[in-house]
Amino acid sequence: MDILYFAWVREAIGRDAETVDPPVGVETIADLLDWLAARGGGYAEAFEDRKRLRAAIDQDFVGLDAVIAGAREIAIFPPVTGG
Amino acid sequence: MRDVRVQREAFDPGVELARLEALGGGAVASFTGLVRGDGGMIEMTLDHYPAMTLAALERIAADAERRWPLLGTIVVHRVGPLEPGDRIVFVGAASSRRAAALEACAFLIDWLKTKAPFWKRERFVDGRACWVEAKADDEAAAERWGS
Repeated sequence: MDILYFAWVREAIGRDAETVDPPVGVETIADLLDWLAARGGGYAEAFEDRKRLRAAIDQDFVGLDAVIAGAREIAIFPPVTGG
Repeated sequence: MRDVRVQREAFDPGVELARLEALGGGAVASFTGLVRGDGGMIEMTLDHYPAMTLAALERIAADAERRWPLLGTIVVHRVGPLEPGDRIVFVGAASSRRAAALEACAFLIDWLKTKAPFWKRERFVDGRACWVEAKADDEAAAERWGS
């Protein structure tokens, strides 16, 4: 699946997108964040405070408890600030 | 009529209002948001999620049309670098009823602020740069419309 990062999440991680193949047991967005944060560095920093993170699966906003099975595109970003 | 746009170029609220007026309903309400230059801010850059942004704005406009008897809605949001004084967003609604146009307009901007994937980054005259934090006030304003 593809993962996209926006705003300061992208800056902390140092990339705007990547393709990943999470292992069995990574079932939700929160699990995915745990798995990626274990890489350390910018991932650990960006995903440390979950209250500051929002997500979308296939271009629909979801909670961090959303199941990722079947997702093609997951996006991780801060709360939106448009308008 | 529904027109939803995301663009780098400037827009003219007068042109958008004239399009809503031409629908003949007799009531047009709009909101224009401009970049403020508070605290030495010299440039604001709008980031967004291109694959999702238009669909999110379409959903918000469609939701307004379900809630009020509207003849037309226009939503324009700029992306890219902007300077203080630049117009950043326009929402407008046309109806044959004053209350519908006014309420739909407030709804459009409240939901746009919390349900469309845009992020603002500010750069200041002293060289600092930071991402704007979401405001609890905006969340509360959006919640008054239910879900």
